[in-house]
Amino acid sequence: MSFSPTTLWIVILSVGLGSYLMRFVFLGLIGNRPLPPWLLRHLRYTGVAVLPALIAPLILWPPATGGTPDPARMLAACITLAVGYFTRNVLLAILAGGVSLYVGLGVLG
Amino acid sequence: MRTQTTKSAFWQGARDGAPFILVMIPFSMLFGVVATESGLNVFETLTFSVVVLAGAAQFTALQLLNEGAPTLIVVITSLAVNLRMAMYAAALTPYFTGASLWQRSVATYFCVDPTYAASVVKFDDNPNWSMSHKLAYFIGVAAPILPCWYGGTLAGALLGTAIPAEVPLDFALPITFLALIMPMFRSVAHVAAAFVAVVVSLLCSGLPFSMHILVAGFCGMITGAAIEQRLARRAEGAP
Repeated sequence: MSFSPTTLWIVILSVGLGSYLMRFVFLGLIGNRPLPPWLLRHLRYTGVAVLPALIAPLILWPPATGGTPDPARMLAACITLAVGYFTRNVLLAILAGGVSLYVGLGVLG
Repeated sequence: MRTQTTKSAFWQGARDGAPFILVMIPFSMLFGVVATESGLNVFETLTFSVVVLAGAAQFTALQLLNEGAPTLIVVITSLAVNLRMAMYAAALTPYFTGASLWQRSVATYFCVDPTYAASVVKFDDNPNWSMSHKLAYFIGVAAPILPCWYGGTLAGALLGTAIPAEVPLDFALPITFLALIMPMFRSVAHVAAAFVAVVVSLLCSGLPFSMHILVAGFCGMITGAAIEQRLARRAEGAP
């Protein structure tokens, strides 16, 4: 483990408490006061913005290869993307990506 | 009579929640496996799932911990991934106006992707539902899902060490997130938000403390919101 148990527990408890509180602010405290439309408009795009931002560098420069672009991982990402886009089925896309990575690493080394 | 209908609302919720089991079990198992591979013990892994109850944020936290990012960055970035839940809570708030504080406190813990997705549709279709109906339905959706989330995590954690080392688990996070993102592309604004986020993230990937995720995510959110507003104005003001 590259991090201490204390760090881990701080992360678990703060992320848990933080994500509880940011929901409770609305459900528990604000009640029925309407929220400013600009805030809701920005919150709508958190998923499609933060998740791609997180994975883009991991796909292009995987830490497992020391940051060298890797054809097998790139191909697996493309297949996941394509299956996910056309079927809109999360599980199927994960499965397709996982299998193609396993096969790709075997074939391409 | 009243108890019976509340009960039926619960079961209606459970029925609507059941399909999510198919997603929750493999996803939580994957988390359990990846967490134990990162060196967490079974207790730590399970507590993670119970306390945080949000797969994407849990995977993010693990990834950044493994990269050795500073604790504060790990927490802030994982919370940023979870910001969408603030939106769910905001959207559900009007329906739970009038519920007691403890009821709303419990509902807050249960306010996750499936409960939100099922409830906003149901509550809109049934505007005459009483508060106990709505609460029963909401808890009902969560009822089949939460035990699967905990159980799957536990199963994954117990299995984790049995998975052969050559299985490339390092890429589980990118694949899972790619698969999760695809169904979210509902409009041009969503696609543009993701595109900007990817470009900025790649350009800023040299930033210290994995800050590129927050910077790029922020830019993506601004882009999405700006395009949505522009499209709405054009639709209204079209001559």
